[in-house]
Amino acid sequence: MLQVSIYRYNPETDSEPYMQDLEVDTGGKDLMVLDVLELIKAQDSTVAFRRSCREGVCGSDGLNMNGKNGLACISPLSETVKNNKLIVRPLPGLPVVRDLVVDMSLFYQQYEKIEPYLQNDTPAPAIERLQSPQEREKLDGLYECILCACCSSSCPSFWWNPDRFIGPAGLLQAYRFLADSRDTATEERLAKLDDPFSVFRCHGIQNCVAVCPKGLNPTRAIGHIRNMLLQRAT
Amino acid sequence: MVTAVTNFGRSGLYDWLMQRVTGVVLLCYFGFIGAVLVTHPDISYSEWRSTFEPTWVRIFSVAALLSLAVHAWIGLWSVLTDYVTPRMLGDKANLLRGLATLACAITLFTYLVWGIQIIWGS
Repeated sequence: MLQVSIYRYNPETDSEPYMQDLEVDTGGKDLMVLDVLELIKAQDSTVAFRRSCREGVCGSDGLNMNGKNGLACISPLSETVKNNKLIVRPLPGLPVVRDLVVDMSLFYQQYEKIEPYLQNDTPAPAIERLQSPQEREKLDGLYECILCACCSSSCPSFWWNPDRFIGPAGLLQAYRFLADSRDTATEERLAKLDDPFSVFRCHGIQNCVAVCPKGLNPTRAIGHIRNMLLQRAT
Repeated sequence: MVTAVTNFGRSGLYDWLMQRVTGVVLLCYFGFIGAVLVTHPDISYSEWRSTFEPTWVRIFSVAALLSLAVHAWIGLWSVLTDYVTPRMLGDKANLLRGLATLACAITLFTYLVWGIQIIWGS
């Protein structure tokens, strides 16, 4: 039997959050953490968590499992559980709506700030804007982000200044558009980032790199943004 | 763009660059001091004092002192704007941070002037 400790909080009935201890029969299988949550849900239907695709594509079930952020649906127990104990908490630093469900408004506000869409004022060509394979290659490692918030919610700078620091997820996407050969708003994008908080609150501790379930590297992207700001200013 | 009036150079990039430049100056200076101590294990007071006599050492020392003040200002400003904020401590935080920033400024300025007095004094 797997020992599970799960964060519970219902603002309508609980005065404060608490950890609920449960035992779950995994049948000796190396289940994913999401499967365990589903087994718990079958026992106690009041447990709330987000999920959708169950294969690491939608980014809905970002959780803190045994102290590390990740997607429950692609986190096998064999890589997560220590001493037969699984501790599941909501993503840190974000307000809890209920149990494992967090309010991601601040995260999305930062994403909105970087204007995550292609901007090009030149007349649209008849068919499409072309890129060379080399130009397209620059977007690899950037476009794959699924906005699960595992990175930003593991970043202390984002915990302390979620209203002013864009955070690793937003900055990865900011660089995705800065690096895009079809985007012509580079100057405007950089001008909006050159303050002491938006980019420069990153102190390079790389928690974001350690937790990204897609294996992306926001710290490297932030370094590229910094270099672009430096080149623009010199 | 996020606005801030109390950081060192108004721009995040400028602060970031200054933090690195001053870091390099401090590294060189402490390397120099370290080298003096390693090559003179039994250094006497008069030898130690004469080390700081040449003009270039005085200039180097003042550069290091200025770098320390700037480096500390940027670093402490970052720490204060991380932890002493209304988000962390409630409504009084801005006043508290203002006072802490002022205390940092007075301390750093005092050490800077005092340090220059020691270095350039007879």
